[in-house]
Formats: sequence, structure tokens, C-alpha cells
Amino acid sequence: MSGEPVIAIAGARKGFGAVKALDGVDFTVTPGECIGLVGHNGAGKSTLVNIINGGLNLDEGRISLSGGKPVNSYSIRVARTHGIRCVFQELSMCPNLSVVENVRIAHAGMKGFGWRSRARKVVSELLDVIFPDHGIDCRRAVGDLTIAQRQMVEIAIAFSSYNSTTSLVILDEPTSSLDASRAEQLIAYVKSFTGAGGAVIFISHILGEILDAASRIVVMRDGQVVSDKPSGEFTVNSLVQAMGSVAAASSERRATVVRSEGEKPVASFPRSRDAVEFKAYKGELVGLAGLSGQGQTQLIVDLYTSVSGDWKSRREPQAAFVAGDRLSDGVFPLWSILRNMTIAMLSEWRRFGLTDPAREAAFADGWHEKIGIRTKNLDNPILSLSGGNQQKALFARALGTSAPIVLMDDPMRGVDIGTKQDVYLMLREEADAGRTFIWYSTEMDEVCVCDRVYVFREGSIARELTGDAVTEENILAASFGERTS
Amino acid sequence: MTTGFNTLLHTRWIWSFVAASVVWFITIMFTGGSSLVELTQVAFTFASFSIIVGLGQMFVITLGPGNIDLSIPATMTLSGTIVLKFVGGDASLIVPGFLIAIAIGVGVGLSNFTLIKLLRIPPIIATLAMSFIVQSAAIWTNRGLRIRPPQSLSDFAVGFTLGVPNLAWVALIVSVFGYILLEKSVFGRWVVAIGQNMRAARLAGVPVEGVRCATYVLCAVLAGVCGYFLASFSGGAALNMGQEYLLMSIAVVVIGGTSVAGGDSNVPGIWGASLFMFLVVSMLNTYGFDAGFRMIMTGVIIIGVIIAASSRTLRL
Amino acid sequence: MKTLLSNDNLRILVPALSLVALLCAVFYLQPRTMSYMGLNLMFNLAVPIALATIAQMFILAVNDLDLSMGAFVSFSACVAATFLEQSPLIGILILAAAIGVYALIGVVIYLRNLPAIVVTLGMSFVWSGLAVLLLPSPGGAAPEWIRAIMTSRPPMVPMAIIASIIIAAVAHLIVMRSSFGVIMRGLGGNSRSVERSGWSIIRIRAMTYALAGLFAVMAGIVLVGLTTAADANIALRYTLLSIAGVILGGGEFVGGRVSPVGAVIGALTLTLAASFLSFLRISPDWQIGAQGAILIIVLAIRLILNRRERKEKRT
Repeated sequence: MSGEPVIAIAGARKGFGAVKALDGVDFTVTPGECIGLVGHNGAGKSTLVNIINGGLNLDEGRISLSGGKPVNSYSIRVARTHGIRCVFQELSMCPNLSVVENVRIAHAGMKGFGWRSRARKVVSELLDVIFPDHGIDCRRAVGDLTIAQRQMVEIAIAFSSYNSTTSLVILDEPTSSLDASRAEQLIAYVKSFTGAGGAVIFISHILGEILDAASRIVVMRDGQVVSDKPSGEFTVNSLVQAMGSVAAASSERRATVVRSEGEKPVASFPRSRDAVEFKAYKGELVGLAGLSGQGQTQLIVDLYTSVSGDWKSRREPQAAFVAGDRLSDGVFPLWSILRNMTIAMLSEWRRFGLTDPAREAAFADGWHEKIGIRTKNLDNPILSLSGGNQQKALFARALGTSAPIVLMDDPMRGVDIGTKQDVYLMLREEADAGRTFIWYSTEMDEVCVCDRVYVFREGSIARELTGDAVTEENILAASFGERTS
Repeated sequence: MTTGFNTLLHTRWIWSFVAASVVWFITIMFTGGSSLVELTQVAFTFASFSIIVGLGQMFVITLGPGNIDLSIPATMTLSGTIVLKFVGGDASLIVPGFLIAIAIGVGVGLSNFTLIKLLRIPPIIATLAMSFIVQSAAIWTNRGLRIRPPQSLSDFAVGFTLGVPNLAWVALIVSVFGYILLEKSVFGRWVVAIGQNMRAARLAGVPVEGVRCATYVLCAVLAGVCGYFLASFSGGAALNMGQEYLLMSIAVVVIGGTSVAGGDSNVPGIWGASLFMFLVVSMLNTYGFDAGFRMIMTGVIIIGVIIAASSRTLRL
Repeated sequence: MKTLLSNDNLRILVPALSLVALLCAVFYLQPRTMSYMGLNLMFNLAVPIALATIAQMFILAVNDLDLSMGAFVSFSACVAATFLEQSPLIGILILAAAIGVYALIGVVIYLRNLPAIVVTLGMSFVWSGLAVLLLPSPGGAAPEWIRAIMTSRPPMVPMAIIASIIIAAVAHLIVMRSSFGVIMRGLGGNSRSVERSGWSIIRIRAMTYALAGLFAVMAGIVLVGLTTAADANIALRYTLLSIAGVILGGGEFVGGRVSPVGAVIGALTLTLAASFLSFLRISPDWQIGAQGAILIIVLAIRLILNRRERKEKRT
């Protein structure tokens, strides 16, 4: 086993607008080790992993491969040539092709007559080794397989090699669709793979698995590495502690409102898969917490579409939506700032079906001041604004309606601190005045000021925290932990 | 004054008018100015048809990529055929006939959208398949004699008012209505929003499905109306009367500065583009180019405009 | 047994059974067609349609749609009836250049992110214009060699059936078995994934469109072999026919799911449907409409089957 690191990253810095995703990270992977990468939202795990597999470029820092000199240009292709593979959370295979055919795409070098039998050999042998009795027919289209089977195939393809060695495999939440026994099989294979000289980076929110599989655990927080020790020196509790902030920020939570016995919620959304039924009361700040991508956005979107019309628009909307993923859910890229702000109000102002330019201008000017959008002219295109100011425009769009419920999909992601403070104040005032906010946030600080928090795990609500129980520790404990299925 | 001129220069539609004027000028030069008035009047007459269907197609294309109505020619034909048969030369039935043309448009538009929404068929295929059914209906209705429109209607269609062809006035009225709808109405704002970002529109309270349905119905209604007037103008409904208007409806939208990706449209450009398209054809005629060259030129111009207008170049 | 009834196989089964059912219905209505001559006559025109359908299938496999198919096939037919017959070398050069232009279109659509529909609609005018220049009125003559092939009388099985089988087999080998076919369909299924594995999208698209052009050119030549003369409008209806054929044969608009064998079966079915409708004494007025209706019905059935499939997968 050579001691040369597979990949070494020094002084890595990467920013997205105002957000420092990586803020000075040194990270080395040596052959024979399985590194568990752990951290809450925004810790920098995904960014680090994408840098390693070549999908993102560093702003600052050096990458060296196999102990050599720092490389000048690094890309997915370079990474693959060096045997670095990645299993993503989202599907990266072609669902219309069979397993065997997907192997062919992954291995460009597998040319020539009879490649099908070679490909089938490669993948089915490996599947038999990693997941005995997998029962997957490699000739079936990937789209016809169950999600668990697809994940198994992706894992096998990532570990497979053809005329080249696979030196490092990155597994990002690989067990999220696997049951307990399959997860064990995977971990067993990871151990034998690293035993034979390979390296693995293992990301999971199931801390028990990380403690089992990893030889070394790296804990990240706010774009930095805060702990890097052999896994034997950690326990589940110490991991949760390490992920949290050193000084628990004093949450300026509002005084708990005492609710009358029979008060009805302004919104409720019962779903069979939730451990606790989702409810929201008038004037509450309801937080949705947990690791990102655990179904929070889906709940908010479903809630919104259930009270708004596909065929008819209501003059008085029941809910308003503030998008977090601006480009896909919020911004109308060709329009001006003014039009982006007023789109949700057009129905309320409608006269004989026509728009009311005077009211639009008044509304936009009012909110321009109130929320402090930094621009001279509201007729400028929306994309001329900075990210934070675009987000302010989206807030104005929602807050300006008469809707009693405002749904927010992690809207402060990537926004500068000044904007955040301005908006927090506004949200507070409105909630005091009786407006209900349902707030999905990946920032611990934001979730901790909410009156009540629903913590999501594995796709559904796992816990409800109220009042003084809303602490970082409780939220982390509920987001991570043992396997439930 | 200069800022006004500057804004004019930067509109998306001014170039279609510039191009139309250039071609007009070249044609006049060849004939030595003798046919000036006549050429202009004829241009406006024929452009009127393109304008009316172009407006409908524009609204559909504004809905976003993948939205296009290929059933326009068939709807025009069916409308012209059924209405003339119904009116049967009786001048008192002119207005009911017009209402029937609208009703046909509503029927076709609703059928189009039902296929799109219920059967999840891509709009291209849905409208293409629908066009075949509608065309067959037109063929079946049209058996036998060629029915002429009533004299008064026919006179109106080929006549002039204040030196401008009556049909151009009709097109103008329809355009004004279309302009108000697009720029001043809530519905128009919604259509443009959907074209830019359908998901964001839904999450901002826009009733997406209702707006889409209404748009497809609007397009088919305009096609029906155009068919009504085209049949009246031509003295009867021919089975291929709508043929050239398929590509024409798309061409005048694109050349007029509307984005094929959706969310960015304008009405004046359709006028410029319709005039331009007709004048190009007549210029080629005047200079003795025959049918084949005309078709090639039309195709090349459309593709050229699209390539030139596409700003989103992918990295190589 | 499970693989036998896999979704992929089911996709072929439905069109195949429909073809057989339709054939039986035709035999019942008109027993005289149950002969060598009868079959040949009914399926003759299916051969160029099958070739055009395969061409359209290539385009659909990479998530595009070609609305110029009919015009392009007409153009090839006109070239075949004029240049190919008189000066074969020039004819071949012209057709090769046309295939080159086709490939270029495929690349430009990708590079400039243009909508394939509008571009191909524009190109349809270019191809039609060129065809009109070549043959302003019907004329020309079929080259001897293609005439000989198309009128040949192989023993036992009519030429049309043999030709269809060969076309299906060759297309199947290219699209479903070869490396290129896999990468091409992968592009339709998940282009980012293919790109990330290091393949050149431009090269794949150029090759795909070139193959489509090749098959379309062959469709035009074969058509002339059957009709002996050509004109600029001879194959305009091939646009909808080719799309319908691919869909009938189990292909889908997006996702890279296509079936060459299914496409040929679809083409045969559509050709047969025309005869079937005339035997049923349905007036020719409704023939075009029937094609549109068939397409809609097939898509409706597909939707129902997909819904059931998805429900099963969830449980």
C-alpha cells in the first residue's frame, strides 16, 4: 500500500456570492482509508466533494494528485482518469438504457466486439460481491428497477474498473434508499475495498453507519474542518456536539404565545408518513428543520398548491410563496424588478381584466423603501440586482399580498448578512401582527428563533419541538441518529 | 427626441419594419415606381391574413418552449368551409356565420388543449394530429359545389376604405385587441410569466392551466376568424387554403422579434414581419425568380433570423 | 419468464399484435389479398415509409423532432428521379451533400440551443424549394437498378416483406446493439450523464442526424423505384406518418426510448390501415383524419399503460 495520498487539497476556498462554502480547508485522502464526512447544512460537505470529483473549481487553493505537484487544471475528466468516482444522490444513469449499457457509457474504453458480455461480467460480478443475492437482471432498463436496485447498480458501477484502477470512491448518502441489511453489506464491502488499498469518502446522516464504516472522521462546520480524528475517538453524542456551534447563540425568540384550548390552526397538512401532524397557528413562526432535501420543500409546495388554483385565481390569496431557489422557482428573468414584484398582486388589483399601472408603481415604490432594495430604477431588469436584492424583491412579492400565510423555502440561502437582518425584523413585525410564517431554513440560527419547529428526517417529519425545546442540540439530534427503517 | 429615437432603435420589432421597407423599395425600383400604390395595397391585404393567425400563434409561442399550434391551417379551412356552407350566399347570415367561425375555433382550441392536458401529448403532436382530423372534417364538409360568399361580404373583403384595404382594418382591430391583451391585461401578464418560468408562475398564484387553455382557444379562434375572411376574399373555401399559413404564422412571429423560448413577445413586429414576408415573395416574383427559389428564400430567412436572434450559445 | 414479459418486450408485443389483428381483419374483408401479389401490393409502399420512420426514430432518440422529413424525402426522390438516373455520380454527390447538411443542422440546433421544430420547419421549405426547382412538375425516371430491386419477385415471400425485415434488422443492430446506438440513446435519456463520462455530444448528434439523413435518402430512392416518377410533393405526408410510426412502435418523444423493430411494425401498420380503411368503404375524405385519430388513440393507450406501470412500481 503506497503512502502517497490519492488526492490532497490545501488551503481550499470557494464562495458563491456572499456565501463562503469553503473557508480554508485542508483535506487529504490516503489509500486504504475510509473517511467519514459529517456536518449539518451549509457545512461545506457537498462543495468539498464536488471539488474533489472535478465538478467545481476552487477559488483559492491547490490540488495535488498521487503525491505529485499541484495540478493546473482539474476537471471531471482528469478526476476520472485518476480513478476518482462519485455516487451522487440524484440519479446519474440513463433510465432508458439497461444496466449493461450504462456500464458501457461509464467506461469509454470498453470498445470492440463482444463488449456486452464483458460489461455484464464486470458489473454482475461486482454486484454479486458487494450485494449477494441482489436479484438484479442486468439486461433490464435502469428505469424499470426499484430505487434501491438503482442505487445498488450505481454503487457497483462506481466501484467497477476496466483497464484502469479505481483509487477513490465518493459515496454521498449511499444508503438512503437501501434497507438495513443492504447497508451492512455495503459497509462490509467498503472495508474490504479499503483493505485492498482503495480509498472511500463516506457521507451519511446515519451516524451509526459512519462510526462503523469509517477509519477516520472529518467534521465540518461553516466551511471549515472543525474535527479530524480516527473514528474510534468519536461517539454518536460527541459527533452531534462537534457539529453544533461552540457557543450556543442566544436565540432572540419571541415570548411563547399561550393558545386557547380550542384554537384552530390556520393550516394543517396531515400526511400518513409524518410522525407528527403538521399544523400552523395564527401569528406563528413555524420552522422546518433537518438536513436539506428531506422533504421540506415538497411539504411547502404541496401546501401552497393545495390552497391555490390551477384554473382560477383568487382575488384574495390564502397563501404566498417565497422561493429560495430563485432561478427555478422565483425569478422571471426577462422582466423588470417592478414586474417581478407585482405579479402576485395583479389579481387583487384587476379592473375589467386590465392591470393597474398606477397601483403597481405605488406598490413597488412603497416596498422599494420598506425592504430596502438597492437600485435606482425599478424598471431595470431583475437580473441586474445582486442575489440578496433579488431575494428582497421576492419577499416583497409575497409579503405585499393579503395572504395570511407566508410559505418560505429557505429564502436566505446565499444572502448577505445585512439583507438577512433587515428581513428578520420585518418577519417578526408581521408575525406579531398576526401573519403566519412557515419557514424552511437550512440555517440553524434562523430555525432557532421559530416558535415551533418540525424536524425532517428521511423524507418526513420526525419530531416536533416547541418553545424552549427549540435548541440546536435537539434539532441536530433529531436530524441525525440511528436508522429508522 | 433623440432618446425617443434611441428607444425605437432598440425595440425588438423595428428591424422587421426596416427590412420590409428595404424590400418594398427594391421592388419599386424594378418597376420604376409605377405600381407603388397597388403594391402597397396588395401587400397590406395579404399581410392581414398572416397578421391575424400570427397573433394567435404568438400567444401560444409565448407560453414557453414546446408550445406551438400546428392546427391553424386546418382550422382556417374548416372554418371557411362550414361558414360559407351555412351562409349559403344569404347576406342576412353573415354575422351568425362569423359567430360560427368563432365557435369552430373554440371547439378546436378546447380539443387541442384536452389532448395536451389529459393525454399528456406534446403540443406539437397534439395539434398536428388534431389538424389531420380537422382537415378531414373540412374535406368531408366540402363535397360538391364550391359555395360562394354573399356579394356584400365578398365586396367587403376585397374593398377599400380611405384607401386602405378593409381586411387591413380588420387586422388592425384584431391587433389592437391583441396588443391590449398582451401588454395591458392581467391575462397577458400571466401568459408572459408562464413563458419565462412556469413553476415560478404557479408558485406566484398564476392559474397556469386555465391560462394555457385560454391561449390555445384564442389561437384557434383567430384561425377560425382568419379562415372566415380568407374564404370571403377568395370567393370560396379551397381545401388547401390554409397550407402556406402554417409556416407563415410561425415565421411572422419569429421574424417580428418574439422569442421562441417564450416570455418575450410583441405585436407591432408581426405587422412588420407579415409585410416583409409578402414583399419578399413579390420581390422575387417581380425579379423573375420562380416558386422554388421563393420557398428556399423563405426557409433560409426564418432559420437565419432564429440563429441570429438566439443569444444563448453553448460553450464548445 | 419475468424477462419475457418485461416492459421492453411488452412494448413490441402491442404493435406486433395490432398488426396481426389488422392483417386478419383485412384478409376477412378482402380474401383476395391473402396471396403473394396481394401482400406485395399492400405492403409495397410500406418500404419507403419504414425507411423514413427509422430516420425519424433517430431524431426522436435524441429528444428532437423533425418536421421536414416529408420535404426531405421528396427532395431525395426528385434527385433520384433526375440526377441519379441520368448522371449517377453527380446524383450521389448531391445526396451526400444533403446528408451533410442534415448532420450540420443537428449540430447547430445543439450549439445555438434552437428549437428543433422551428428549424426543421424552415428547412422543410428549403428542401421543398430545391425539389420544386428540380422537378417543377411530375417527371423524371427511376434508375434501373432500384427499379429492378423493387419489382423483384423473390420466391415464397414478397419483396416488400423481405425488405422490411432487412430494414428492421439493420436498424436494430445499429440502434440497439452497437456501442454507438447505446451512447446515442443515452444522450436522449440523460445527456448530462453521457457528457460527464467524457463523450462528445457534438459528434454523437452529428452522427445521429447523418444516419437519419441516410435513411431518409434511401426512402426517397426506394419511393422512386416504386412510383417510377417523382414530384416535389410526393412524400409530404411522410412527416406525420414517420412520427406516428415511431410512436405506434413503442417509441417515446423524450427519454431516448425507441424501438427500431417497433418503428418498422408501426410503418407497416399505418400502410395497412390505409388499405383497411378503403376496404371498409370509409370515404377517402377521412383517411387523413384516421391517421391523426390512430396516433391519438395509441398515445391514450400508452398513457393508461404507463399509469398502471407506475402504480405497480410504487407498491
